[in-house]
Amino acid sequence: MNTEQRRKERIDRGIKVRTDGLYAVMSWRELSYLTLPRIVLIVGLLILPFVMPSMYWQRVISIVCIYALLAVSFDLLAHFVGLVSLGGALFIGVGGYLSAIMNTSLGFPPLLAIPIATIAGAGICTLLLLPCLPLRGVYFAIVSLMYPLAMTRVIEALDILGGTDGIMGIDSFPNRWVEQYFVILMVLLFLFGVRRLVNLDIGLVLRAVKDNDQAVRASGMSITLYKAVAVFISSAMGCLGGACIVHIYMWSGMSLFALDFSIIPIAATVIGGAGTLVGPVLGCLILVPVSELLREFGTLRIVFYSLILVGFIVFRSEGIMVYGQRKYHQIERWVKV
Amino acid sequence: MSDQPILEVKEVTKTFGGILALNRVSFHVNEGEILGIIGPNGSGKTTLINSITGFIKMTSGKVLFRGKDISRKPAHKIADMGVTRTFQIMRPYYSLPAYKNLVIPLFSPRAKRTGGWRGGGKLGDRNTVGIDILEEIGFERDSFVPYKMASTLPTGYLKRLELARCLALKPEIILCDEVFSGLSMSEIASMVPLIERLQMDGIALIMIEHRLRELFRVARRVMVLNFGEKLIEGNPEEVMANAKVKEAYFGSDEEVEEDMSYA
Repeated sequence: MNTEQRRKERIDRGIKVRTDGLYAVMSWRELSYLTLPRIVLIVGLLILPFVMPSMYWQRVISIVCIYALLAVSFDLLAHFVGLVSLGGALFIGVGGYLSAIMNTSLGFPPLLAIPIATIAGAGICTLLLLPCLPLRGVYFAIVSLMYPLAMTRVIEALDILGGTDGIMGIDSFPNRWVEQYFVILMVLLFLFGVRRLVNLDIGLVLRAVKDNDQAVRASGMSITLYKAVAVFISSAMGCLGGACIVHIYMWSGMSLFALDFSIIPIAATVIGGAGTLVGPVLGCLILVPVSELLREFGTLRIVFYSLILVGFIVFRSEGIMVYGQRKYHQIERWVKV
Repeated sequence: MSDQPILEVKEVTKTFGGILALNRVSFHVNEGEILGIIGPNGSGKTTLINSITGFIKMTSGKVLFRGKDISRKPAHKIADMGVTRTFQIMRPYYSLPAYKNLVIPLFSPRAKRTGGWRGGGKLGDRNTVGIDILEEIGFERDSFVPYKMASTLPTGYLKRLELARCLALKPEIILCDEVFSGLSMSEIASMVPLIERLQMDGIALIMIEHRLRELFRVARRVMVLNFGEKLIEGNPEEVMANAKVKEAYFGSDEEVEEDMSYA
């Protein structure tokens, strides 16, 4: 009988210590430990439009980026503030319709309509979600899911905002390069911006709200206010995505409120690694193209899609990025005991 | 210590459904005074603190802080005025290191306005100020205790962290919910001078305690609650000699005799 036992040994590479603060500039090696992963991500995203073979796949990149914005917004709310949001569809819809109206009725060019729709849309979404912010538990998820469902019915029943046909004749971006680089730069901007935010003192307060909201109240701060700030930031990301999408498709319709926009970002967060912010972006980079590749299977697509998700949840529930970060920071090996 | 009341509680009543948790409780705390509140389990001590600090809405009654009615204000507004509290079940931010726990109260409007404990918030960055506060309250900086994750700290440090969170707000009055419970004798022995020092700094304290001997070392006035009603108020010697207090804690003499007769 084999009585020999093995144990997994984990040794820290010391990357975190060696790249902290001033230590990072001690040598090129330390500097590269710190910057290489970030450079790979930034450069990788920036050259994507060049390496993609066809117009079709270039369009997919834009869609990936919009889902990535939604996924970062979900990750911020769920894992740094503790609000599970199913409001992706609401954000996309509000941002999209606002930008569409401003473009067709007021004649604003896309690159002006998008920023206004982002800010105004975020304000509207925050106001809509404000009543359930003081509550803990599932209420935020339920209310944020309810709004997009209600919106489609309202548009359908009252025949406003173009009714079931939607708003047509929306201007597109000046050309497809502007379109792609605009969304890619926005993803990078918000990704690094949000990561900076959660490490600032105000980000610490947001994380504290998730950890222990009663203690935040006892510290003399209104949890509703800080939750509203977080909802504003994350709905701004969603509205930006929605505003971009109507100018990409040159059409704004009820499908902007489709629940895909709520669910796929969550799936991407599960695959990419919750709470890492960059993980959800990677998750979108994998999930959305896979979903496009599976398009030829027709309705079977959703089966394969679910299989991938289940596989990830069962075998790598921590997500790619958490796994990758661990491998980056630690050496793992089997040792005899 | 002056005889100016800093906090006046007038006929506070709280019902949970049909249960009367607090029945017209009135008392006051003077500037820089330590008031002890004792009572058997379930007598409404924590409910009283929750009502005063706005964590639950009181059914009726009034709380005056420096003459201003705070009984209908939300919890964060009350804390913003300087009426702070600790929690009996400690509520640190477990995912953060101890000193980062203090960055959050130091970020609050009150700390920004007043500068926080000893005005440090206006000088340096919040991390350093947090470590300073923790060191003053007994986290040994030399052994890197302020840098430890809150989830790894033992109870004694967590109780101090609760007090430190109040201090970061530059409090006028601290409502302590059992800061001695769960501590070892030596930990309590080091906590008592800390409480005395807070009093010397001009902070008034309300202390809910079950550890009577330690409480009586710091509190010169004690109030007894039983079944949501105020039994008696006075100095420790009077209170402990009172028959009603003995009855509340140990049951009435008749009951004891009855029990004896069965034996």
